[in-house]
Amino acid sequence: MNKIFETPLYPYRRAPEQDEERIMRHKVVVVGAGPIGLSAAIDLAQNDIPVLVIDDNDKVSFGSRAICFAKRPLEILDRLGAGDAMVEKGVEWELGRVFFGAREVYRFNLLPEAGHKRPAFINLQQYYFEEFLVRRLRELEAEGRPVEIRGKNKLAAIGAHEDHVTLEIDTPEGPYNIEAEWLIAADGAGSPTRRMMGLDFVGKVFEDNFLIADVIMQADFPTERWFWFDPPFNRGQSALLHKQPDNVWRIDFQLGWDIDREHELKPENIDRRLRAMLGENIRYELEWSSIYTFQCRRMERFRKGRVIFAGDSAHQVSPFGARGANSGLQDTDNLIWKLKLVIEGNAPESLLDSYDFERILAADENILNSTRSTDFITPKSEISRILRDAVLDLSARHEFARPLVNSGRLSVPAVYDGSPLNTADALDGPAISRPGAPCPDAPLGDGFLLDRLGDRFILLTIDAEAPDEIEEDGITVTRLSLSVRDDTTGALKRRYLADEPSAVYLIRPDQHVAARRPSWNENLFRAAIRRATGKE
Amino acid sequence: MPDTTDLILTPNLDNADDFYATLLAAHEGLSKEESDALHARLLLILANHIGDNKLLEQAIEAARKAG
Repeated sequence: MNKIFETPLYPYRRAPEQDEERIMRHKVVVVGAGPIGLSAAIDLAQNDIPVLVIDDNDKVSFGSRAICFAKRPLEILDRLGAGDAMVEKGVEWELGRVFFGAREVYRFNLLPEAGHKRPAFINLQQYYFEEFLVRRLRELEAEGRPVEIRGKNKLAAIGAHEDHVTLEIDTPEGPYNIEAEWLIAADGAGSPTRRMMGLDFVGKVFEDNFLIADVIMQADFPTERWFWFDPPFNRGQSALLHKQPDNVWRIDFQLGWDIDREHELKPENIDRRLRAMLGENIRYELEWSSIYTFQCRRMERFRKGRVIFAGDSAHQVSPFGARGANSGLQDTDNLIWKLKLVIEGNAPESLLDSYDFERILAADENILNSTRSTDFITPKSEISRILRDAVLDLSARHEFARPLVNSGRLSVPAVYDGSPLNTADALDGPAISRPGAPCPDAPLGDGFLLDRLGDRFILLTIDAEAPDEIEEDGITVTRLSLSVRDDTTGALKRRYLADEPSAVYLIRPDQHVAARRPSWNENLFRAAIRRATGKE
Repeated sequence: MPDTTDLILTPNLDNADDFYATLLAAHEGLSKEESDALHARLLLILANHIGDNKLLEQAIEAARKAG
């Protein structure tokens, strides 16, 4: 057994509040020390907003769970100071193979676009991810940043009030009470916070079960993603093989609906499946196995007064397309800068309504994509199976059918089209950097553009004049001045100018575009800053 | 494969996922018999739109060989 599962990373310690009569009010409490809660806490701590994380456990999560991290979340992790650790440990992959029945129908290459700091995807076990985040949080703590994590602290009751939340917390030494001005519920799909508040969670439950096995083996398989539709070793179902670091392989077997869970989880039955799939003579060690079902659904609103839901607690998708942890990271990326401005009194509380708008838009996009993948992998009717099989048959010979094959549309960030924070597009520039879009990366000298944006408002000028700094009602905006003369690869021009000679972009702290024009105009950009901070 | 390259067999749909979802949605709630009939009608409508017997022969041949 891997030791990482057994070592408490944030063991229980008695907190000062447990010995005090007075109830202490915290600025922000995060419930849940999973990937999303930890990311939220790091972001807050980096911005010097006091944050307390509580979790009913004290270790990383058991088993690989979320294993595929996409480019945009890696860029966010760069901003949080954890990107390098992830990418150094992670496995990069670009090649995929698709099998139908006994034969391989085609291979594909993701062909990631050049000129980005981060790869399209890495595979990495969730426990490493959590470990790196805890390490980063400890670093910030050691620097004196206002962050604390408490293990074996279980949320037992919650009371929502106009300007604060009351929490009753259970510990091994009994309960205690605290208050929070803001609460971020990152407590997962079964969110106790959501349940205790009696909030809705509607959507679709798919009638299917998947067996996951993490096996350690010295195998010759290349670093590729292999997906089987209706393979001989799992008739009528699907299977997936994916490589993780440390020679751990993730294997997913679709089981169907009416199964005997205990029977399927018996090591001898998993062994039978593995040998049918990988060969009778394989040598392996089973690290983790689990059976999961999934839902595609979301809360109607992600914010209820002073309680804000992020990640799986707010929305769930099928695992196809790696849209769970990836979208949760984008939730906190969207939320924290807004919460900071509200807490510091530099934006109205209504700015947080845009979190609902933007992240519900993203959740719906993720749910749509992952539902479509599910419908392809698990056809719901005879006719959809006939169509699915026709697509797969055609895909062996004809390239046109391959974009129709859907074993997961890998996570890409949502563009916040129509967001109340956007200013109407005033540049005849590329669509990929329109208002609402996440800034595409581009090489800049020895480094990359996104590393220069950081986590504050930026005025990006490309061959255009503008003040080096402006302040609008408490919001400071710093200029980053670039020129196509330094754009040796042409990526900056392609991604930000197209055929325009110059541009000025207003970029939000989460690196999404708020406004753009061909040149500086003080009144219009001041209005755009107010708009991007919920003031008009 | 057909000798000529008139028949487009490389990706040509604006949005493959949207098209596929629309196609599946058209079948929702239909019996197998009704779905087969829908497919037959759809095929005849698309054939008429293409209008070129040479192309249609190539398409039939491509479909025959793919199974």
